[in-house]
Amino acid sequence: MSAMISINNVSKWYGDFQVLTDCTTGVKKGEVVVVCGPSGSGKSTLIKCVNALEPFQKGEIIVDGIAVGDPKTDLPKLRSRVGMVFQHFELFPHLSITENLAIAQVKVLGRSQDEAREKGLKLLDRVGLKAHAHKFPGQLSGGQQQRVAIARALAMDPIAMLFDEPTSALDPEMINEVLDVMTELAQEGMTMMCVTHEMGFARRVAHRVIFMDKGAIVEDCDKDAFFGDINARSERARQFLSKILQH
Amino acid sequence: MALDFSQIIPALPGLADGMLLTLKLLVMAVLGGVVLGTLLALARLSDNVLLSRLAKWYVNYFRSIPLLLVISWFYLVVPMVLSWITGDLTPVGAFTSCLVAFVMFEAAYFSEIVRAGIQSISRGQINAAYALGMSYGQAMRLVILPQAFRKMMPLLLQQSIILFQDTSLVYAVGLMDFLNTARSKGDVVGLPHEFLLFAGAVYFVISFGASQWVKRLQKRFAV
Repeated sequence: MSAMISINNVSKWYGDFQVLTDCTTGVKKGEVVVVCGPSGSGKSTLIKCVNALEPFQKGEIIVDGIAVGDPKTDLPKLRSRVGMVFQHFELFPHLSITENLAIAQVKVLGRSQDEAREKGLKLLDRVGLKAHAHKFPGQLSGGQQQRVAIARALAMDPIAMLFDEPTSALDPEMINEVLDVMTELAQEGMTMMCVTHEMGFARRVAHRVIFMDKGAIVEDCDKDAFFGDINARSERARQFLSKILQH
Repeated sequence: MALDFSQIIPALPGLADGMLLTLKLLVMAVLGGVVLGTLLALARLSDNVLLSRLAKWYVNYFRSIPLLLVISWFYLVVPMVLSWITGDLTPVGAFTSCLVAFVMFEAAYFSEIVRAGIQSISRGQINAAYALGMSYGQAMRLVILPQAFRKMMPLLLQQSIILFQDTSLVYAVGLMDFLNTARSKGDVVGLPHEFLLFAGAVYFVISFGASQWVKRLQKRFAV
């Protein structure tokens, strides 16, 4: 397996405050990597660096052979090939579900309206929301909106998907419907980098787990090792896991 | 003194022409002002320090001088500038000068409304647009501005109602808008009080009616 995303010695500062410190990791093609850690540990910032929504000052990130930090890189083109799902869904509220799914296909990829609509409906069907195609985002529940957001990202035929806390803004009973879609996606071989606290999902689906604390990667290991031998983990990771695994 | 409103009826066609000019000026000034105002707002919000500062100066400058001065000044300057640009010495009319003055003056006010509208849209929306591969222009045009304009609509309309009243300042350069027509017709028939009262009533009905309509609209949008 070759590296789809490789992150080498990435550091980032907000003014004097360092938010990322020498982060080095990667995601291979077809691999599912879960990034966890306490809030403020820099995990969302790191994943946003991967598609350049956040700039970084040191190190390099290579996505499918293209250097993200290079000023010559065509960022819109790179981003159009990497799907991203946000904590607050970020569907476009002034557009219908169908239009949400079609707009970037038409305006960015240059597909025809009909082609984009058809592709959108197919993906909507896949996430179980075909009946809601004509509605507007505000008419859907959080879980439904997030499933539409996943379909919207998939409509671009991405080479990898980034998930930034996709379930943390959801009511508990809606979390599973989103995790189910993500699990299915993982089983189909999608390359995924997921910032999430859902350790059940990590256990079932992830290949690797990264644990971050204070802007640094503390643990980066195989899923079985991460959950298997808890005594071999760092003190900080053990504390975090003991809190999060109780429920 | 008894008021005699009977002379207003034969003057109505002329007054209607005046109102037509007022409305024409208003619509064109609002459209031009919103377009220029939106460009100013985007410049003001841009990362380019020079662009942002220029837009800021522009807005502060036009918000610090009286509209009447802008109208009078542009009446003198616009024909000169236009003849330099086109090389054509045929003078432009007062209407064009006034339109340019209103567009440039109102753009300063509209730009502040548009800027607030853009800033009211969450950062996550532009990130989502970028993440789908949109350029800055696409993200603004397709995602941010449509939402911002929806939110700003009541404010833009209120500002347009103020502009409707302010168009009467064109009397300074002799343009025959509604107020100026009413004034001159009243003078001609020797009934200035009646004609001005009538003009005031028309301005009031239109402005107040529009304002009430905007308030209703605002309530509906607020839901």
